[in-house]
Amino acid sequence: MTSAFAAFLVRRFVAAIVFVTLVSASAFTLTRLAPGDATTELFANGASAVAQVQLRAQLGLDRPLVEQLGRWFAGVARFDLGTSSHFSGLPVRALVARYALRTVELAALALLLATMVGLPLGIVTGARPRGAVAIVVTPLSVALVSCPPMIGALALLLLASTTGWLSTAAGDIALPALALAAPLAAMLERLQNRAVREALAAPDLLAGAARGLSGARLLWVHAARRSLRPVLGVYGIVIGSLFSGSFVVEIVTAWPGLGRLMYDALVSRDLFLVAGCALAGAVCLACGNFIADVARALADPRVQEAA
Amino acid sequence: MSPASLMRGAGVAVLTVMAALALFASVLAPNPPGQQFANRAYAPPMRVQMHDAAGWHAPFVRRQVLEDRLRRRFAVAEPVALHWFSHGTFVSVADPDGPLLLLGADALGRDVLSRVLYGARLSLGVSLAGVAGALLIGAIIGGLAGTLGGRIDGALMFVADFILVLPAAYLVLVLRASLRPVLTTPVVFGVMAAMFAFAAWPHVARGVRAIVAGERRCDYAEAARAAGAGPVRLMWQLLPASRSFLLVECVLLIPALLAAEATISFLGLGFSEPTPSWGTMLSDAASVSLMTEAPWILTPAVLLFLVVLAVQLVAGDAAPAGTLLVDRAARQVRT
Repeated sequence: MTSAFAAFLVRRFVAAIVFVTLVSASAFTLTRLAPGDATTELFANGASAVAQVQLRAQLGLDRPLVEQLGRWFAGVARFDLGTSSHFSGLPVRALVARYALRTVELAALALLLATMVGLPLGIVTGARPRGAVAIVVTPLSVALVSCPPMIGALALLLLASTTGWLSTAAGDIALPALALAAPLAAMLERLQNRAVREALAAPDLLAGAARGLSGARLLWVHAARRSLRPVLGVYGIVIGSLFSGSFVVEIVTAWPGLGRLMYDALVSRDLFLVAGCALAGAVCLACGNFIADVARALADPRVQEAA
Repeated sequence: MSPASLMRGAGVAVLTVMAALALFASVLAPNPPGQQFANRAYAPPMRVQMHDAAGWHAPFVRRQVLEDRLRRRFAVAEPVALHWFSHGTFVSVADPDGPLLLLGADALGRDVLSRVLYGARLSLGVSLAGVAGALLIGAIIGGLAGTLGGRIDGALMFVADFILVLPAAYLVLVLRASLRPVLTTPVVFGVMAAMFAFAAWPHVARGVRAIVAGERRCDYAEAARAAGAGPVRLMWQLLPASRSFLLVECVLLIPALLAAEATISFLGLGFSEPTPSWGTMLSDAASVSLMTEAPWILTPAVLLFLVVLAVQLVAGDAAPAGTLLVDRAARQVRT
């Protein structure tokens, strides 16, 4: 490992920590400043104001914002994320860990599916833009790229319930993963298609062909390796949209993930749960971006200098 | 005509029709969007027919009669003539013959077609307003960063990157949740447009900054500086270079924000009942059993898909459609 690469890793790591801190602090602050808190709903029916004040004091909601935020971060340092008021006193850490794992599971499966389907298809269609595969795949890709995860999830639900090909039961991963993977696979296919076409036109590929390398070897080894760089670069961006998409898909298909939990937490004004979700989400996102950055830097040393 | 320009024409046609439908919703909608018709919950779409046992006729529909409320079964009865350009709408049926439901009815017996048309106004309108806001903020911030350079540039782009990495759905959700839960429709419209602009401006600013920073080294920028132009005036001179980029960005943001509106309203955090928007209409369709029994309540999803597809086709222009999204992704990697 070169020292430039080590410095790059350190810089990305510090950036990730700053990111996580900022995200959770902003989520905490915004929720705290929002009208109403966890006690509002409990006492909406005119129950005693004294009891409300007591509960607020018990939850620490009557303290100034800065003090609350400080206490929360001190807790985070001890891996204590407080207790949830919505889930009647369960520790936030356990809740968040359980739900975040399900989201990571879903997102990772979708990313894997999209990669396994999108990249090889992109290589094939890129090599033969007028071939039989391309004639079928290209229009399908264009349609799927235009299919936001929510619409995709609804369409798959309809398809699944009319044909019975997929299980619509809550907790079955196939449907949400497909809904999430479909537009992603289409986007990766389009991207890989273009990268391969550009790679095949490159002078070194021409030289390889002149030396008598077989078409398959040129395409699947040399062009594929050359096209790796632009495609890897996109993974960093994809991770953010993957989280956005999984949020929607989780709600539509009743997948018990972080999106679902965050939504419940926000609606019930569960301050610690919101902050915990934001923290977990930010950590997942930062990890994903970190991995993507490192992969990109390994594939393209110029990235190490720039970042 | 080449296939590419044919596709582009199709995309333009779809978008034009959509815009016209939204604009003329009040004339085109056969029924008031909020009116609940008794005994019409989940009534299926009426078929417009021109032929029956007695031969050919002017287009007509058949009256629906509720047969079984629990199983939502409707029988078709005697033919009813369609009236054109009367009762203040484009097409209608005489009152006693019951409501004209060309796309069926929803859970409360409201006309899906009319709600979709009025919903297009809100859904398309709020996306366009969001795009306009994002372009304005993005152009100004990106322009300033590109013109000034140095520390201000670094700070502005740090903020942009920060927002860019956040998943948009969570960002909008947290922002929305920090406001009062119940708001009036015009306020929701404003709030959503503002949130969309806030979530989307970094995309614009990133690109504008790169373009303006490149232009700064051109001769005409040098000339403007020599003539004593301050930073704001200089930015004003440099910004036109990003025109075509802004146009592309505008086309790309519309589908993203349309989907965002649908999502937010679907969750019950955007427009709320009884206001018709595509998202609120879809929130009724969330249950699987309803979806299979009354698939016509998914109409907004179909329209949303069509609009996004049309935008892709238009934006695709010379390159195969769909690559623009990829383009943007690739550009973000580079900048």
